[in-house]
Amino acid sequence: MSTQDTYNYKVVRQFAIMTVVWGIVGMLVGVIIAAQLVWPDLNFGPWFTYGRLRPLHTNAVIFAFGGCALFSTSYYVVQRTCHTRLFSDGLAQFTFWGWQLIILLAAITLPLGITSGKEYAELEWPIDILITLVWVSYAIVFFGTIAKRRIQHIYVANWFFAAFILTVAILHLVNSAEIPVSLTKSYSAYAGVQDAMIQWWYGHNAVGFFLTAGFLGIMYYFIPKQAERPVYSYRLSVVHFWALIFTYMWAGPHHLHYTALPDWAQSIGMLFSLILLAPSWGGMINGIMTLSGAWHKLRSDPILKFLITSLSFYGMSTFEGPMMSIKTVNALSHYTDWTIGHVHSGALGWVAMVSIGAMYYLIPRLFGRKEMYSVSLINVHFWVSTIGIVLYIAALWIAGVMQGLMWRAVNADGTLTYSFVEAVKASHPYYEVRLLGGFIFFSGMLIMAYNVIRTVAGQRAVDDARIPAVMLAHA
Amino acid sequence: MSDFTSDFWSVYIGLITVVSIIACGVLLFTFSSATAGAPGETTGHVWDEDLGERNSPLPRWWMWLFFGCIIFAFIYLALYPGLGSYAGAYGWSSHGQYDAEEQQAAATYGPIFEKYLKQDIQAVAADPEARAIGQRLFLTYCAQCHGSDAGGGRGFPNLRDGDWLYGGAPETIKASITNGRNGMMPPLGAAIGGEEAVRDVANYVLSLSGRPHDQARAARGKTTFDTVCAACHTPAGTGNPAIGSPNLTDGVWLWGGSEATIIETITNGRSNQMPAHKDKLGEGKIHLLAAYVYGLSAQAPK
Repeated sequence: MSTQDTYNYKVVRQFAIMTVVWGIVGMLVGVIIAAQLVWPDLNFGPWFTYGRLRPLHTNAVIFAFGGCALFSTSYYVVQRTCHTRLFSDGLAQFTFWGWQLIILLAAITLPLGITSGKEYAELEWPIDILITLVWVSYAIVFFGTIAKRRIQHIYVANWFFAAFILTVAILHLVNSAEIPVSLTKSYSAYAGVQDAMIQWWYGHNAVGFFLTAGFLGIMYYFIPKQAERPVYSYRLSVVHFWALIFTYMWAGPHHLHYTALPDWAQSIGMLFSLILLAPSWGGMINGIMTLSGAWHKLRSDPILKFLITSLSFYGMSTFEGPMMSIKTVNALSHYTDWTIGHVHSGALGWVAMVSIGAMYYLIPRLFGRKEMYSVSLINVHFWVSTIGIVLYIAALWIAGVMQGLMWRAVNADGTLTYSFVEAVKASHPYYEVRLLGGFIFFSGMLIMAYNVIRTVAGQRAVDDARIPAVMLAHA
Repeated sequence: MSDFTSDFWSVYIGLITVVSIIACGVLLFTFSSATAGAPGETTGHVWDEDLGERNSPLPRWWMWLFFGCIIFAFIYLALYPGLGSYAGAYGWSSHGQYDAEEQQAAATYGPIFEKYLKQDIQAVAADPEARAIGQRLFLTYCAQCHGSDAGGGRGFPNLRDGDWLYGGAPETIKASITNGRNGMMPPLGAAIGGEEAVRDVANYVLSLSGRPHDQARAARGKTTFDTVCAACHTPAGTGNPAIGSPNLTDGVWLWGGSEATIIETITNGRSNQMPAHKDKLGEGKIHLLAAYVYGLSAQAPK
């Protein structure tokens, strides 16, 4: 049997395991910085201060945890829905080790204070070049696999993965354009409000393509597979796919309301963000309605609970986002912890939960088992995660709205009712609840780690998953 | 509008915006048929053994939500700035809104500050209501550097201790807030002649406020002090409020009074700035702030 008759599970497996590992690391850093907000004494040295650990947290959860989940699932899905092995095993291996090296470099340079200073793109120029190399290789492997597919139609999940891979390449290249002055320092090629606009064009599309389109790709494979039901509507897929990837491109200016950015650009950003509500919900509807006729499975299948709940959080945060992009709402919410709460309802509720659900589907299959070592532990993980998220986002909603109201409160003489530090003091109890919620979510990841170790231990890695030899109908 | 370097860009971006929003509507309309796809029927494509897809019509409520968002976008673009340099029917702009709110605030709150402006600062400082307003202003504009208790910090003067760089008379405090201050101690390491000589001067400076010091060094340092430092700090070392040079005899230190810090100060100099608040706050608020700060130090033990 030649390797061309089997799927490449090795790279899928490597990324799947690292998804769990980096999930734990990234969320642990998150818990640490949440604790620093409660107890500022936990800031140590220059290396472990909030300002350096916060970008480490965001990079670790987005690019290490989320990135590994995307690599893993996209490599699995593209092979299985194209009925062919990955285009290049060697390049796929390069993307794995290259990506791990990038993560390692991030973990070293960020605490050392080496940063380009651009949010979600902090890594310095030599690492940026490495990212470019890995990403181009990823694109070659992915699109090469699509090109040699043995089935005519391209499955919807692959549209989303494709859009995510292409767009992230463009975003990275444009936003990271910088002029190096030394090995560890560079300056942005843009200046002033143009720099801010490029930054948030990048920043919001990182949300739209890295954290949304890519994970919708995951959703479109793992929900119908786990529910054993066909996707609800092909035409809804088409409409919401094109509308989503098109309108996201315009939404960035909503991060720059009431700044030096011209009014017309702010307005356009706000309007496309509002329009974006519909295509976002299109994805949620398509996923949830896939379950029609199989609702009962939701009662007994904790993997489906993860996947469907993730869509509920997706729907909630993609409603909240457009609302927050309205200028008058933004005037209250901007710069408050409401934004942090919003991000986490998306990051924990949507991104993490859909990834966790997909990993619980994937990991046993990669190690020759029908299901995880303990299904009831998946159920425990589900409830722990859900409680953690709800505590987290409810605390920051309250804290955020309170901060916004306190900052704008004015006395009869026109002076501010509260000094800044009073709003910080009033936020303290909510920071405690947020820490608790984050810690609970993090403990769920430890339950997952235990379950994964018990699932994998003593199992033989599957490397002989055969590609169906006979073309199926309509192929 | 100055956002655009020529009319072309205004038309260009306006057109792209309109076409793009219409394109969303066209895409939606193209797939909006309510009848396509019998219930339960799939497209016939199968992937990975059992992955299929149905072709259910778009949920009506969702479709109308989408159309609604598109219609809202056009209404908004007609009323507000968004299409290139077109200002919108309401003529709203963020600058305009800011100016209007500023004007309204001036009309509402102006009389309160006008009233105190007519009184002298000492009288205002004695008025509890004025002091309360002053404190709130202080917490908003001054506390970032001087601390919410006005106790200062390294490089930021303590405003409660009765010690003043530029003088603590009411009008002087008001002038400091209004026009700001630039404090500059030049780097004198080279002029004094190297590390050992600087250490000698530092020991003399320590001796001025009665701190522990090396007497031999202090004696040598005095000679240098009299020629290099006395010009600003006066021969007695008591400073000169006219130029803001600190009194070195009073045991109050802006940057720290250890031998090492004094050596650092002499060698590298210090540069400090209190920003001018004239344009930002206006005289009314500055008057109240001056009264508040004056009141703080008036209570201080002299």
